[in-house]
Amino acid sequence: MHDRTPLSPKGLVDEYFIENRTRLLEIAAFLDRVDRVDPSYPAKDFRMKAFLEALASLARTGDRVDHIQMLLSDPSTEPLEALDRKSAVGAYDRWRRE
Amino acid sequence: MKYIDHHAHMVSRTTDDYQQMALTGCVAVTEPAFWAGWDRSSANGVEDYFRQLTEFEPGRAAQYHIQHYTWMAMNPKEADDRELSRDVLTRIPKFLDKPTVLGIGEIGLNRVTRNEVDTYTEQIDLALTHRQLILIHTPHLEDKLKGTRISLDAMSGFPKLDPSRVLVDHAEEHTCRMILDLGYWAGLTLYPQTKVSPQRAADIVETFGPERICVAGACDWGPSDPIAVPRFIMEMRRRGHPEELIYRIVFENPVQFLSQSSKFRIRPSVAKELAF
Repeated sequence: MHDRTPLSPKGLVDEYFIENRTRLLEIAAFLDRVDRVDPSYPAKDFRMKAFLEALASLARTGDRVDHIQMLLSDPSTEPLEALDRKSAVGAYDRWRRE
Repeated sequence: MKYIDHHAHMVSRTTDDYQQMALTGCVAVTEPAFWAGWDRSSANGVEDYFRQLTEFEPGRAAQYHIQHYTWMAMNPKEADDRELSRDVLTRIPKFLDKPTVLGIGEIGLNRVTRNEVDTYTEQIDLALTHRQLILIHTPHLEDKLKGTRISLDAMSGFPKLDPSRVLVDHAEEHTCRMILDLGYWAGLTLYPQTKVSPQRAADIVETFGPERICVAGACDWGPSDPIAVPRFIMEMRRRGHPEELIYRIVFENPVQFLSQSSKFRIRPSVAKELAF
């Protein structure tokens, strides 16, 4: 009943290629936009560092979503002693302690 | 196809949204108590919100023949404020006998602070004391993994807690397995940006199967889509999944979970008759 979509591989690509081509170009355009303002900026912002690592991991096979979810997640296991801010920002700053 | 949206913050929505949901097959919503996007100044403000959920909103939904149910809680976003939380928790019990209150929710963690954990565990205790169903919020984005782990760990400290009476919501790919393996229900809330899309929700169903999984549109005050569940239905159809599987996820599963409260009026025995 589960494990995969009923569509064939070609059926999946036929159905989803164009919308994912669009998403690919949107990401490329976003990165170009940042570069036009300051090409050195992504190396200074932990969110962009995580984003670029996640993009590189797209070359993996099979477990891309899980891998990217873990790349972006806070790996710590203890609660914070005090509230630091109200909201999450989308990526954990793994570089803060360097 | 008829569906139930088990996580819909309708106080944030116009009656036009109720109409859209009714037109697309929604027959019931359940509305967890949540953060309004800004902090309330007192427990009186929270209590007024509880009155809105229990007294006003059911009538607004009924105009569109949608059954409206709700959950009572000190929400995770304000739960770090221990003084406010203690005050709110003393006010919740008088609402639990209201005819549309199904349980305690959405409780849980936001930034995963020690204060939030304390407020969360006190509310699990409150739910057990009053024999209530529990709806759990898991944190957003990078906090989800840690927050889900700690939320599940905290529940393991309550041996009388029956996992089948708890729905752990806002599950994603990296948290679904740990939730389901412990016997809890997993909720997938469909958001355009911050949680799972209808496409990724369909992927999760394909990966984990349909058992103990529900989907919801959230109907939040932020970017969200009141007809996200019908979009999930369309996505499942687009892939060629059978109608029976889709119906199980959007209707039979929420009925199975929610009807553990005697106040939920759609019973599993009639779910088939209402199907299409």
